Amino acid sequence: MYVAAKGGERAIENAHRLLAHERRGDTSVPELSLAQIEGQMAFAVDRVMNEGSLYDRELAALAIKQARGDLIEAIFLLRAFRATLPRIGVSEPIESSAMTVRRRISAAFKDLPGGQVLGPTFDYTHRLLEPQSLDVVVEPALADADVASSPRVTDLLAADDLVEPSPRPEGNVPVGDLTQDPLEFPAGRDLRLQNLARGDEGFLLALGYSTQRGYGRNHPFAGEIRLGEVEVEFSPPELGFAVPLGRITVTECQMINQFRGTATEPPRFTRGYGLGFGHCERKVMAMALVDRALRARELEEEVKAPAQDEEFVLSHSDNVQATGFVEHLKLPHYVDFQAELGLVRSLRKRFQDAATGESVREAAE
Amino acid sequence: MLTAGFGNPVLSAQSTFRAILDAMARPGSVQPIGEAVEAPGPMSAGAAALALTLCDHDAPVWLDDGLRQHEAVSEWLRFHCGCPIASSKAEAAFAFISDPDALPSFDEFNLGTVDYPDRSTTVVMQVASFDVGPTLALAGPGIKARTAFRASPLPADMPERLAVNRRLFPRGVDLILVTANTVAALPRSIRLMERMECT
Amino acid sequence: MTAPAYNFAYLDEQTKRMIRRAILKAVAIPGYQVPFASREMPMPYGWGTGGVQVTAAVLGPDDILKVIDQGADDTTNAVSIRKFFIKTAGVRTTTETCEATVIQTRHRVPETPLSEKQILVFQVPIPEPLRFLEPRETETRRMHALADYGLMHVKLYEDIAHYGHIATAYAYPVKVDGRYVMDPSPTPKFDNPKMDGCAALQLFGAGREKRIYAVPPHTSVVSLDFDDHPFEPYRLDGACVLCGADDSYLDEVITDDRGARMFVCSDTDFCAGRRSAASSAEGLDAERRRD
Repeated sequence: MYVAAKGGERAIENAHRLLAHERRGDTSVPELSLAQIEGQMAFAVDRVMNEGSLYDRELAALAIKQARGDLIEAIFLLRAFRATLPRIGVSEPIESSAMTVRRRISAAFKDLPGGQVLGPTFDYTHRLLEPQSLDVVVEPALADADVASSPRVTDLLAADDLVEPSPRPEGNVPVGDLTQDPLEFPAGRDLRLQNLARGDEGFLLALGYSTQRGYGRNHPFAGEIRLGEVEVEFSPPELGFAVPLGRITVTECQMINQFRGTATEPPRFTRGYGLGFGHCERKVMAMALVDRALRARELEEEVKAPAQDEEFVLSHSDNVQATGFVEHLKLPHYVDFQAELGLVRSLRKRFQDAATGESVREAAE
Repeated sequence: MLTAGFGNPVLSAQSTFRAILDAMARPGSVQPIGEAVEAPGPMSAGAAALALTLCDHDAPVWLDDGLRQHEAVSEWLRFHCGCPIASSKAEAAFAFISDPDALPSFDEFNLGTVDYPDRSTTVVMQVASFDVGPTLALAGPGIKARTAFRASPLPADMPERLAVNRRLFPRGVDLILVTANTVAALPRSIRLMERMECT
Repeated sequence: MTAPAYNFAYLDEQTKRMIRRAILKAVAIPGYQVPFASREMPMPYGWGTGGVQVTAAVLGPDDILKVIDQGADDTTNAVSIRKFFIKTAGVRTTTETCEATVIQTRHRVPETPLSEKQILVFQVPIPEPLRFLEPRETETRRMHALADYGLMHVKLYEDIAHYGHIATAYAYPVKVDGRYVMDPSPTPKFDNPKMDGCAALQLFGAGREKRIYAVPPHTSVVSLDFDDHPFEPYRLDGACVLCGADDSYLDEVITDDRGARMFVCSDTDFCAGRRSAASSAEGLDAERRRD
């Protein structure tokens, strides 16, 4: 006698208990603390904060631990928590030229006011596995970065009108928020940048890479990449002036791209922009390439490559959406599969009948 | 002094929403609103419950003269719903009408676009009763065969207005009528029939 | 870090209002997909977040909730979603179709006819029926605006030319109240006729794609077809081994590695109801025989 598979509820409970058990791993090995993850897995924390779009290092560390190091799962945990937070208001735009710079490089000028500041970087390290890399290293003496003397490279170029001015928001239109309003096409640059900032690093990396290989070539120079701390300010309506909320670490990338001009625009460089929480150079560089590619229509360039295709890029950049839909194929589809089985069987029967008819006809002839 | 909103904002909003949803899903049917709200000025308790349920800072509200003249109404809406008071009918997500005889022409409201017909205004009109007034014969989605609908007061040209509204479909306004404790709806999808057939 | 406190039915009130406004517009424009600011839910996109948000926005403490996936109450995703609402809303739940006031479903319409008092909430993965013919939202939105469904008819006609009939077994497109072409969600086309003139309100939620749409009660839902190739609901020719039903949608179960198969009702409540009715009738017969 057939009994339909029952007990889904107990099976789920047991699966979750098993997960909790395996998460801890070998109990003879000390448990990871959140402080350890925050301090020693800083890039993982930064990525989770970025794509989780919530600046909270401790919660990001918790999410990474709970997700057993699966960063997309951790991003999802942070996003789901973020969705429940009340919104008090919108902060003032951060001022990246007032950043306390820890790293600042330009590939466009050999030297410039404020100089090149290498800061903490994997660049120029030899990628050799080195067990001693885990040893404690004393912090080297740091040169004092002079905030006032590190103007943005794009501002220096803009002074001569060699690069387009940073676009100002039109009138009093508030900055869009795709977590509060469904995305519409065509999307403004504010929404595109928000989408890219939350977008999957791997997806943006591949798209940015594709623009360099000729799929929507926009000939970029890394005008500037800077990492450091900036003040976040908020203007409560009842006060009428901005009050500081705290400092956050951000990475900013300004790509400068060739532009031959249009009938109404003189030839000058254009901008691609990337900004992210924490230290995330790869992400913001890829973001800046894709941002510039997505400006194709606005700059009267032919849209022919995937990275220039707004609907394609913005609809597929979100890894929480992507992983959900790809992984939903694990859910039961018995009903649809049954319908498809019926269809394939009927198509096969028709195919065979036709073949048989053919051979009968041939035999008769 | 502002009068209170819902006693239990979460559960009252839910039960009021279900009444409105039932009304919208079954045009012409009259649904009870269980929540008593001390409404400000000439706003009816039913209209106030509806505002508390559906309006907030993302849903601008337009008020007719009767409601706008009473500062208490705007104050109450701003305090309890946080909704902006729209200066033009075309900006309004919801329009509250206290005087059906002075109901503005539907085309002054936002009718939505063919691309986004959902962006049209929902017009909330206070009426005295669903038991008297001329009988409208309604058909369309949500209605099995036909249904008879009465409300009073209604503008004399209501049938023509509803017919014009239907011809704009999928554009058009959606009309919600409220008494102190009941609600009914005439969404843009309804078709006005000449008369009720005996069934 | 502070422990989060969640609202009744999880969603905050502002989110519920936004969803409720979208639902009302969806009901007023049958079959039209209303964009809404879908939230990140504590379950993955593609696993019913749209349906869950719609259910959370309509559900009240007096409701009795039933959750099914593939017609069954005990499939893993149905169990998970039912537990979510027990935990966040404390509502009563049931497996009996007749008893439920709100039914959230994935891929099936219950076999038992629904009543005026019920709301059926569908989980929808891809709400746009034209998406596989035209991937661009800007284009498909235009087609709906102009009621230009030529592309869909061409696709269906190509099927007929190629295969002799329309080769769509589930998510079979329908036209609602003579205007909008709608995706009925990935239900088998067997279920399409149940949506036509259904007494219950049918709401559709697509979380990842951020769309809500609706079919009001007693509304015409017509499966697209041609005069010379009328729509035919597919049903496997067989009967349920458990309850003997020969009119319900069947799951195929492989019973060994030599090609043996059996068929059981996909709707577990329908099947259980038939079996208990049969056994009580048998009991009655046995009693009568004793007398």
